Amino acid sequence: MSVEVRIPTVLRTFTGGEKAVHGSGATLHEVLDDIDARNPGLKERIVESQSLRRFVNVYVNDEDVRFAGGLNAPTSDGDVVVVLPAVAGG
Amino acid sequence: MHRAKRGITPNVTAVLTIAREHVDAMIAHAREDHPDEACGVIVGPEGADVPTRLVRMINAERSPTFFRFEPQEQFALYKEMSTTEEEIVVVYHSHTATQAYPSRTDISLASEPQAHYVIVSTAESGAADGQVSLRSFRIADGAVTEEEIDITE
Repeated sequence: MSVEVRIPTVLRTFTGGEKAVHGSGATLHEVLDDIDARNPGLKERIVESQSLRRFVNVYVNDEDVRFAGGLNAPTSDGDVVVVLPAVAGG
Repeated sequence: MHRAKRGITPNVTAVLTIAREHVDAMIAHAREDHPDEACGVIVGPEGADVPTRLVRMINAERSPTFFRFEPQEQFALYKEMSTTEEEIVVVYHSHTATQAYPSRTDISLASEPQAHYVIVSTAESGAADGQVSLRSFRIADGAVTEEEIDITE
């Protein structure tokens, strides 16, 4: 089972410059755990205290996971996860 | 234009080359949304560092002290750029009561290391015609580097 996770430029230091990595899992959380095993530190930039970081948007198949179960959003073979840091400031 | 004068300063290679119409469009947007912060991007072909297409973004915060791209709109832009092989070249926003320099929040949330961060300050003239300042920065790993702006007609 493989889910493609698209990595934003700012986090590619964790993936050796790769724009996308693949992981497996039945939920977003499991997929992130799986890719973090090979790209240590990546998950921590997306997840904080068991939930998504406030300024990181994550989409599973074009759907914002904040409205689809958050880290428990289901994932399956062939799904595409997009990680998109919020563009924000003061 | 300003590069020659600053020939001996460090980081002199940093420069934003940008069309006059885009500078004018950012200022116009900042004035329209004053006293709230305006925000948007100028995108261009991947890897070229040339801003070609300005896209106004909704400030989901509608705030005089904060901005955040509306997430669905940001995602739509991401999808579009994947198709057109474009990337964000400039991220711009306005400061409506302070100078055109990155705030601590701007620095801590900067997440587009390839982008030029342009800040327009409407603090002096508000929504009216008059003095505005517009400056460009690189923000990466918590470090701010101001760069020259080379405006092309």
